[in-house]
Amino acid sequence: MSRIFVAGLGAVSPAGWNVAALRAALAQGEPLPVQSLERPGWEKPLRARLVPNPTSRPEFLAHPRLRRASPITHYVVASALEAMAQWRADRDPGLRLGLVVCLQSGCVNYSCRFYEETLKDPATASPLLFPETVYAAPASHLAAVLGNISLASSMVGDPAAFLQGISLGAQWLEEKRVDACLVIGAEETNWILADALWHLERPAVLTAGAGAICLCREPEPSIGVELAAVTDAHTYSAQKTRAQAARAMRSQLEKLGAPASCRPASEQNKKIAGRMPALPVDVELLCDGVGNGPRTDVAELNAWRDWTGPRISPKRILGEGLMAAAAWQCVTACDAVAGGRFTTANVSLVGSNQQAMGARFVRTDSAISHLSPGWSPGNIRP
Amino acid sequence: MLFPTTSPPQAPPRVVITGAGIVTALGLGWKPNAEGFRAGRPAFRPVSHFDVRRQRAKNAAEVDLPATLPPTRLSAKQTARFDRAASLLLLATHEAWQQSGWEPMENLPFVLGTTAGGMSFGEAYFRQAVQTPRRHHHQSTRAVHYQPQVQARTVLEALGSNGPVTIVSNACASGSNAVGHAWELIRCGQAERALAGGYDALTELVFSGFDALQALSTTICRPFDARRDGLALGEGAAVVALETLERARRRGVPILGELIGYGTAIDQHHLTQPQPQGDTTLTVMKQACTTAGVAPEDVDYINAHGTGTVLNDSSEAVAIGHWAGQRAATLPVSSTKAGIGHLLGAAGAVEAVVCLMTLREQWLPPETLFETPDPACNFPIVHQPRDARVHVVLSNSFGFGGVNASLVLRRWT
Repeated sequence: MSRIFVAGLGAVSPAGWNVAALRAALAQGEPLPVQSLERPGWEKPLRARLVPNPTSRPEFLAHPRLRRASPITHYVVASALEAMAQWRADRDPGLRLGLVVCLQSGCVNYSCRFYEETLKDPATASPLLFPETVYAAPASHLAAVLGNISLASSMVGDPAAFLQGISLGAQWLEEKRVDACLVIGAEETNWILADALWHLERPAVLTAGAGAICLCREPEPSIGVELAAVTDAHTYSAQKTRAQAARAMRSQLEKLGAPASCRPASEQNKKIAGRMPALPVDVELLCDGVGNGPRTDVAELNAWRDWTGPRISPKRILGEGLMAAAAWQCVTACDAVAGGRFTTANVSLVGSNQQAMGARFVRTDSAISHLSPGWSPGNIRP
Repeated sequence: MLFPTTSPPQAPPRVVITGAGIVTALGLGWKPNAEGFRAGRPAFRPVSHFDVRRQRAKNAAEVDLPATLPPTRLSAKQTARFDRAASLLLLATHEAWQQSGWEPMENLPFVLGTTAGGMSFGEAYFRQAVQTPRRHHHQSTRAVHYQPQVQARTVLEALGSNGPVTIVSNACASGSNAVGHAWELIRCGQAERALAGGYDALTELVFSGFDALQALSTTICRPFDARRDGLALGEGAAVVALETLERARRRGVPILGELIGYGTAIDQHHLTQPQPQGDTTLTVMKQACTTAGVAPEDVDYINAHGTGTVLNDSSEAVAIGHWAGQRAATLPVSSTKAGIGHLLGAAGAVEAVVCLMTLREQWLPPETLFETPDPACNFPIVHQPRDARVHVVLSNSFGFGGVNASLVLRRWT
């Protein structure tokens, strides 16, 4: 069995185009502003948290493969390049890289545009749009940008499938089929997706972006974080409700070392909805997937009801980013451990319609010396 | 625990196929499909599911679904929610399940490839949202059942089972990738058995997409023919029951064949076009044969990806020629897409089951409408029905986005 380390993190979110922006938004603890999303044929707009335009045009947009690419591809590429920055800077560019891109809705913008054109007149539907509608398009574009991808796969599922992606990346590394592996979760906003979310969970606010984690086999290039465990996929079924699956995932994480009820934090440090608490080191963090959906949140809230330790809920601040939100949870967990605030971070993912899964990231003391200044403790404001 | 896993076995176990289900335009199940593939019978007809009057191409290989689905543990209300794609998947999975003799179980991995999943629900959602925006009837159901993981989970429930569902969506390589991924799960000790396959139904968006790209043939689909002018679309599903040889022997069940090799890699050349020299195709064929421990001389037949487009077939022909060397001159190759069309996410899985048929029944599937060989092909295209000694076969699949995959199967005697 190999040990698997985290070599880098990347994020594009409604908070901005890097992990620092994500970290700052979570530290602020206030839900980000909500924008209106026009819905054709209905004067009442939908709500969403949109990814802001980047402060300057990203250089990667000059790549010929990205000229017509959908926003989801831009998010995937930006988060990947950020996650790869440290690994690429001091490594042989000839090393083999694996790529797993996880999606729930995928390239919905171009799918809607193309289908709309088809309904109007298929004879004039744009051939430029159709290839960008496939789930595999973002992975393909990223592979072209990076150039040294030897193995790639796009996986579809509910948000917990992001951890299936992490375990697939770990498997490729264990089998030495790749030297590092990027695992990315991504989504893009579109009125029809916001409309679907409105039908399924009215208070939830749709958002988009991507989160990327670069996994590697050696501690040397890591940011001081190690993947300790990914639970089984606790699939929902007639025999196993969502609530039962969430409890089974929690129970499995406990067996791995996550305390049944973490050491109580001081009153001052107790969870404030979604806010990163100021805590002494050596306390375990829970990074959960609770948002603003009473119906979808109940199973996860019940599963972790007795958790008294520090807890962060990125979706309360950022919104419902589907697979991107699952990736942000993992990025946030790793970032908190890398920053020295916690020795361990548990990720809880209770997916919408497939499975509950959990993961555990721990600090790798031997790699602390490799932390970049940006990761030093104290950068996260309480 | 998905990570860390238990220590892998000292030597990867041999993986055999004890159940296979297939649904294509040739029919429902092994028998009508085997008869159709053996005869090389094309199954195309005018598209009836949606309006194609304004499309360039008018034909596809549509499946005639049965009036009722096989009885399962699902309620009538649950099966009423099935779209064509879910019905295709249930039919194929049910056949594979029955043949394997498996009992309902917990923790059965189900690995599926698809490009569109429940796309028909997505199309219906979009049409209603745009045409009658204040009408919300059925929209919640469509938003949920559009998702392939929901369809897969429901089909597992139909069999009284559950387990981790993995949906691979590497475009038209998805089915092969799914079968290969399940094979790897068993070989690395994560599972002792798994269901794997692929499914896709014809949908208006996808048909229109390939038509807009002018990738659809307006005449007849003739892979590797010098006069080929494009692919034809089809729909269908195939699922195989994979388990360790040891387990199959313990159960004393018939073994349909052995999966012995798998290779996959990504071609970074273009989103929709293969690298002209077929370098990635060559890589995955070599990978699959290396893991299988076979050389080109050991391979008795190649089921090519062979879409019928100019670019795909010429690139694949170059790769097969390089890979096979002198063996190419006598190595039979054909593409069963000539009969059932391109099944996209289902293609790799369906073609793996066709390979099983050739191994079990000792014949080669012909392209009966093939006439003029492309000069790039230095191998014979099977164009007439014929019996043959078939011991090892190789199946190729390539997708938009560049993922390539090859599977190698061996006869079980």
